[in-house]
Amino acid sequence: MLQSGEWAYTEKLKEHFESPKNILKGNDTSAFDGVGMEGNLQCGDQMMVAIKVDKENEKIIDCQWKTYGCASAIASTSILSEMVKGMTLDQAFNISPKEVAKELGGLPENKIHCSVLGDKALRAAINDYFIRNGMNDRVQKVQARTVCQCMNVTDHDIEEAVLEGARTFYELQEHTKISTVCGLCKEDAEAELQKYVHLHFGA
Amino acid sequence: MSSRQIYFDNNATTPLHPEVKKELVAAMEMFGNPSSMHAFGREARANVEDARHRVASFMGANESEIVFTGSGSEANNTVLSLFVCGSGQCFPGMRPKIVTSRIEHPCILETSECLVHRGVDVSYLEVDGYGKVDIDQLEAQLKAGGVGLVSVMMANNEIGTIQDIASISALAHQYGALMHTDAVQAFGKVPVDVNQLGVDFLTISGHKIYGPKGIGALYVRKGTPYCPFIRGGHQEKGRRAGTENTLGIMGLAMAVDMRKAEMESEAERLLGLKEVLRKGIEERIDEALFNGHPTDSVPNTLNVSFPGAEGESILLYLDLAGIAVSTGSACASGSLDPSHVLLATGVDAERAHGSIRISMGRATTLEEVEYMLDVLPGVIERIRNMSTAYIKA
Ligand code: FES
Repeated sequence: MLQSGEWAYTEKLKEHFESPKNILKGNDTSAFDGVGMEGNLQCGDQMMVAIKVDKENEKIIDCQWKTYGCASAIASTSILSEMVKGMTLDQAFNISPKEVAKELGGLPENKIHCSVLGDKALRAAINDYFIRNGMNDRVQKVQARTVCQCMNVTDHDIEEAVLEGARTFYELQEHTKISTVCGLCKEDAEAELQKYVHLHFGA
Repeated sequence: MSSRQIYFDNNATTPLHPEVKKELVAAMEMFGNPSSMHAFGREARANVEDARHRVASFMGANESEIVFTGSGSEANNTVLSLFVCGSGQCFPGMRPKIVTSRIEHPCILETSECLVHRGVDVSYLEVDGYGKVDIDQLEAQLKAGGVGLVSVMMANNEIGTIQDIASISALAHQYGALMHTDAVQAFGKVPVDVNQLGVDFLTISGHKIYGPKGIGALYVRKGTPYCPFIRGGHQEKGRRAGTENTLGIMGLAMAVDMRKAEMESEAERLLGLKEVLRKGIEERIDEALFNGHPTDSVPNTLNVSFPGAEGESILLYLDLAGIAVSTGSACASGSLDPSHVLLATGVDAERAHGSIRISMGRATTLEEVEYMLDVLPGVIERIRNMSTAYIKA
């Protein structure tokens, strides 16, 4: 439980929560060069990042966002939007959740996934820019596919868990915490589990 | 930081009643061990037994039926754990099945899960959209046989819904099962009488009724099978080992006395404030969805969802304005799960994430409710304005 006066979050995070920077006003993103959205409302976190790009030097000149989520989700997107301004697309694409968390002065462990969504949304926005500008070859597919949005578990994580011994859905959950929030991913997760068990162990 | 400090989280815990505080301060001089036979011990013993009498009488129980515990959670654990004995030595005849509900406090749900691994069969009753347990399902379970205990909470901590414990209890007994109710959130807010309810076990806690933390009590109907959860001493007639928390017990008794004096008038007053709050929210905020039962509910609790606004953010922006509430998603309490109670009532995860619980108390004033109504609409609007909820992906 958080007490007024004594937050579980850092001062920096609190600052960005109290006065978030670069919130997109209204719902119109048509003035932007690339838009990316990640997460979903059922999981309790969703972020949208929209960028304007200087085509000459591929630098991000503006970054605005919307976020549905907790204080760290809001603060993460806010600080991310500040960080990327002036960066080239390549630089921005490589920002890691760790860097975002560090910029905020650290995040409680159970909040790390909030900052993961922000940089994913940013990458989606950058890819969107490439696609819009006919540079499909530069679209960097993030190879792993997210199966569980809430806990940010990818098919790679599932494969790893299987290799580490998970055979049942329960064991998979113990390894990855998959499907422990909204539960929407359960069917998908079970199918992936079966797939990898079959692939590696022929069962 | 706001200079105001408004506390709307009384279901989490309550401040000490001033009379309880006085009692505790006075009692601090008394340090004897109630188990000692000398004058110091006898003084402590007398106080403990006097407290037992006062606590018992407010719920229509006999003092011999009250076991003081370290918390409501401990009392609940004690009752459920009794059923491990069904497979063991103490009560070989005990039926090895527990029926409880989906919306119980974690101290019931997690204990149940643990008991499953120890050979106890547990099933969970569904609830309807208001959080009322499915009586037909209960009857079907009982008919199927083997049920040793039904444990259903009297009032829910998150949505305030009150169950018809007397009927549930009668049904349980009809099929030979024992009946337990976790009355932590009901006791002191609405009348709780063990005979009217017909329960065999009932749990209460001190710090939810303006008493101290770290003290609870379990009512155990005379003649009911019982097994101590904490062993190694003859305290509480061998039903709970460990030196009695004399101060806590005296504080609890004083808190109970104060409830006796104030409960009825307070209930009426809080119900009025809740109505002001509900109406105000409805009028000033679009798409506010109220959770829990509209009438069968404790008077102090209002749970409401604001689609498009996430709960922890609401909590923290309110906190910045000096108002303390709690959320329906457990994000703020260290896990990311939306409330199991709201989900059980059929609310979807998104709505559950966007809900807050406002729980008022004896210190809550109309002026505070009005301040809340001034602040909340702005907070929700602010959060919704930065939310993706209204953007199409
Ligand atoms: S997507 Fe919500 S729990 Fe997996």
